[in-house]
Amino acid sequence: MQNFISTSIGKKVAMAISAIFLMVFLLQHFLINITSVFSEDLFNMLSHFMGTNPLVQFILQPILIAGVIFHFVMGFYLEIQNRRASKYEYFKERGGANSTWMSRNMIWSGLVILSFLVLHFIDFWFPEMNYKYIEFKPEDPNRYYEELVHKFEDIRRVIFYCISFILLSLHLLHGFSSSLKSMGANKSYATSVKNLSVIYSIGVPLGFCFIAIFHHLTH
Amino acid sequence: MKLTLKIWRQKNAESKGGIVNYDIDEISPDMSFLEMLDVLNADLISKDEEPVSFDHDCREGICGSCSLFINGQAHGPDRRITTCQLHMRKFKDGDTIYIEPFRAKAFPVIKDLVVDRSAFDRIQQSGGYISVNTSGNTQDANSIPINKDDADTAFDAATCIGCGACVATCKNSSAMLFVGAKVSQYSLLPQGKTEASRRVINMVNQMDLEGFGNCSNTGACEVECPKGISLDNIARMNRELMKASVKK
Repeated sequence: MQNFISTSIGKKVAMAISAIFLMVFLLQHFLINITSVFSEDLFNMLSHFMGTNPLVQFILQPILIAGVIFHFVMGFYLEIQNRRASKYEYFKERGGANSTWMSRNMIWSGLVILSFLVLHFIDFWFPEMNYKYIEFKPEDPNRYYEELVHKFEDIRRVIFYCISFILLSLHLLHGFSSSLKSMGANKSYATSVKNLSVIYSIGVPLGFCFIAIFHHLTH
Repeated sequence: MKLTLKIWRQKNAESKGGIVNYDIDEISPDMSFLEMLDVLNADLISKDEEPVSFDHDCREGICGSCSLFINGQAHGPDRRITTCQLHMRKFKDGDTIYIEPFRAKAFPVIKDLVVDRSAFDRIQQSGGYISVNTSGNTQDANSIPINKDDADTAFDAATCIGCGACVATCKNSSAMLFVGAKVSQYSLLPQGKTEASRRVINMVNQMDLEGFGNCSNTGACEVECPKGISLDNIARMNRELMKASVKK
């Protein structure tokens, strides 16, 4: 098995597994966040559960962070390897004639998503860790909604969020089906889940944009 | 037709190449692309200049010798053909045509438009075969019943001519379409199943050793492949390698 991971296919499969894991997390994150649009109490309850449950905090959260780091590090590593393998450039190349923009620019959409994640960690995750595990402030089950809407008061943050989610959508439009193919799914199978892939890749990022714009306009 | 050709010229593997412009006239739209290059070379020879080196052999789309990256696309602006099957009617009078060698670190330029594609041979030698006892009592292959769908899919994979367009067109210079086709054509048939694990492991390891890039499923290789080899072959190779690694 160690040999498998060291092959180009093994790395590609590992990349696909981390991608599928992150897509499942993103959906879960979206389903919780969207409750903030119609129910402050439900959002607070779910956020409190996620923020205090030991299984989520001490097992799932470290796995998630490891998954995020792995996906980015492996993405950059493979990009460097690929650039070395194709170090000569053509004078004239028509990439658009045979492949989509999304598929050719995963590294650039990924870089925008990475910069978004840095902001997201500064905005939410670091203050949350500081609140709970450094300052040991008393837990307030009703603070989450207020913290969320406060962040979206600044229009610049909302614009950056929306741009990042558009890039995430483009990343997912190729990444969703690509991860299935890397795992060995036939093209016919990948085509049959294409609709699901498009719904997920556009719907989830669009939903996140909607949440940010909704709270900006209503608060 | 009157054309301007911008051709990559490179004296040898060590020298630094560059694009050289050539104006060419009286090209018939019915000529093949390689015949147009023949006309150019005849003209260069008559002027005592070095002709342009390019790969070719059968000139009927079977051998996989001809290559060329023409106006930004492997085998030029048409689908499911090799360069020798490309005709000048695909271009317009007065066009400027860029002609470059296939590019990849694993395909070094030998001279002008000729590249060294022996990496493919080494991958094939590492496992792209079946071992058959040919001592005189070889069983007739037709006596083994084979599912029609498997036979057809194996044959589709076997139509790969190893031209290298997949590598040339891939932004990562990945050879996975070629290796996937070669793995598939045997793994689907009973004759190939015995050595399936060893084959896929050895061929993938050799592919990695040759310095090809990783596949990111852009699908460009499938579009530019003159034989229409499907991306499904890459997915099948991935499954075969996973299976072989678990067995090992």
